[in-house]
Amino acid sequence: MDRLPASAFALPRVKRRADPGAPLALGFTTAYLSLIVVLPIAALVWASHRTSFRSVVSQPEAIAALKLSLGTAAVVSLVNAVLGTITAWVLVRDDFAGKRLVNAVIDLPFALPTIVAGLTLLALYGPHSPVGIRLAFTRAAIVLALLFVTLPFVVRTVQPVLHELDREAEEAARSLGATEARVFRSIVLPNILPGILSGVALAFARAVGEIGALVLIAGNIPYKTEVASVFVFNHIQSGDQAGAAAVAVVMLAISFALLLSIGGVRFLATRHERA
Amino acid sequence: MNVRRLDGARQERGTRLGLRFVALGYLLVVLLGPLSMVFWRSFDQGAGHLWRSLSDPNTVHAFRMTLIITAIAVPLNTVFGIVCALAIVRRRFPGAGAVNAIVDLPLALSPVVVGLSLFLLYGRTGWFGGYFERHGIQILFATPSMVIATIFISLPFVAREVVPTLREIGDEQEQAAHTLGAGGWATFWRITLPSIRWAVIYGVVLTTARCLGEYGAVAVVSGHIEGRTETATLRVQDAYENFDVPGAYGISLVLAAMSVLVLVAMTLLKPKEEAA
Repeated sequence: MDRLPASAFALPRVKRRADPGAPLALGFTTAYLSLIVVLPIAALVWASHRTSFRSVVSQPEAIAALKLSLGTAAVVSLVNAVLGTITAWVLVRDDFAGKRLVNAVIDLPFALPTIVAGLTLLALYGPHSPVGIRLAFTRAAIVLALLFVTLPFVVRTVQPVLHELDREAEEAARSLGATEARVFRSIVLPNILPGILSGVALAFARAVGEIGALVLIAGNIPYKTEVASVFVFNHIQSGDQAGAAAVAVVMLAISFALLLSIGGVRFLATRHERA
Repeated sequence: MNVRRLDGARQERGTRLGLRFVALGYLLVVLLGPLSMVFWRSFDQGAGHLWRSLSDPNTVHAFRMTLIITAIAVPLNTVFGIVCALAIVRRRFPGAGAVNAIVDLPLALSPVVVGLSLFLLYGRTGWFGGYFERHGIQILFATPSMVIATIFISLPFVAREVVPTLREIGDEQEQAAHTLGAGGWATFWRITLPSIRWAVIYGVVLTTARCLGEYGAVAVVSGHIEGRTETATLRVQDAYENFDVPGAYGISLVLAAMSVLVLVAMTLLKPKEEAA
C-alpha cells in the first residue's frame, strides 16, 4: 500500500500516505517521553499523594519558601516586562555602535551555567564587592540572580514581533497628532502584548524553579532566603522525601498552569490568523 | 509649525537616548558587570595558580563527567527531537496536544523537581529501585541517573527548533518525492533532513549548552561524591564551599569560555530575520 505512487485518479488530498515509519516514529516518541518525563512525574505525584499532603504543605517553613519563590518571581516578572520590553525596543528601533554585540550578549544567560551566574554575581555584589554593594544572603540578591537568568525571555519574545511590526500605522497616528505615549499605548503595545505575556510567563516559571544561580548567593536561610527549590533540595538531602514531594507537587502544578497560560496567550494571539 | 516639529524631533531623540541608557544600564548591572568579574577574579592569583586548580584530579574528573553526560544526552535528544517534531507536524494523531505539552514541560519545571522525581522513581523504595537493586545496577548516585536527569532537562530544545521549520517548509516536496517513487527513508534523508538541518544544528547547540550547565537535577540525583559523581558545575559549588575560591573561579572561567563558544555558534546560526 505504502509503495504505491500517488495516482492521478486518487481523490484529492486523501489522508496522508501511511508510511512504514509512522508507527515506529510514534512508538519511539511515546516510549521516550514516557520513560524520561511521564514516569518520573507520575512517581512524584504518587509519592506526594501517599503522604498526608496538607499536613506537610501547611508547614510554616514550606509555606514561607513557596511564598518567597512566588513573590520574588512576581517582582522579577514585572521588572522583565518593563525593562525587557525597553531592551527589545532599543535593539530593534535604536542604532548605536556595538549593537550587534549587545544583541548577541542577551543570549548569554541561556548559554552560561547557572552556578557560574551565581558565582559571578557573588563576585560583584558579595562580601568582597569591589563596588561596595553587598547584597549576598539577602532577598535582593535572590531577585538579582533571578533577573540574570531570566533576562533573555521577554527580550527574545518581543524582539521579533517588534521587528515585523508595520511602522506605517505609527507614522499615520503621529501625523494625526497622537503623542508618542499614545502611539505606544494604542498601536505598539497591543501588538507586542502577547509576546510580553508569554515571555513573562516563561520568566516566571524559570524564576520559581531556579536553584543553580541561588545556592551560592542566597544563603538559604529558612524563613528568610530559602526559596522553594532550595527547600525541596534540602529536604531530599535530609531524607524527608515526603516533605520535599509535597512542595515539589505544588511547583509542578504552577509549571503546568504557566504552560497552559502560555498556550492560551498563543491561542488568543493567533485567532485572527486562524479565522 | 517648523519649530514644533523640531521640538518633537528633539523630544523623540531624548526619549530614544533615555531608553538606550536604561537598557544598556540594566544589561551592565545585571549581566556584563558580574560577568567581567569572573575573568578578573580567575586571574587574580596568576595563571600558575589557575592552572594548578584546574589540573586537580577531581576537577579533571568533573569535566570528564560533564563531557560524557553531554555526549550521551545530546545525540539521544537530537534523534528524539527530530522524530518527535515530525510526529507532531506531519501526522495528525490522537494525543498530539498532550505530546506537545509534555515536550514543553522541562522548560517550565524546576530542575530540583525533576531530580526529585527521578529520585522517587529509582530510589530504593521507588517503582524501579527494587528491580535495579536486585540486579546490582546502580542508578542513583551514579552516572545513569545523572544522564537521565540531563536528558530530561535538555529534552525540548531540538524539537522546539525543528517544529516551526517543518511547518514553514510544508510537505509539498516530500509529497513530490513520494510521487516519484521515493520511500520513507529516502524522502527523509534527501528532502526533509537537508531542509531542517539549520534548525537541528541550532537545537543541538542549545541542547549542548543546557547539558554542560545543568546543575539542579544532577545535584539531586548524583549525591555529590567528589571524584566520582561530580560534574563541572557541582565542582564549582564544592570548591567554593571548601574555601577554594580561586579554584571555583577557574572552573567557572572554563565553563564561561564554553558558553561564549556556544553563544558565538548561536549568533552565527540564528535565522537572519530574527537577528536585528
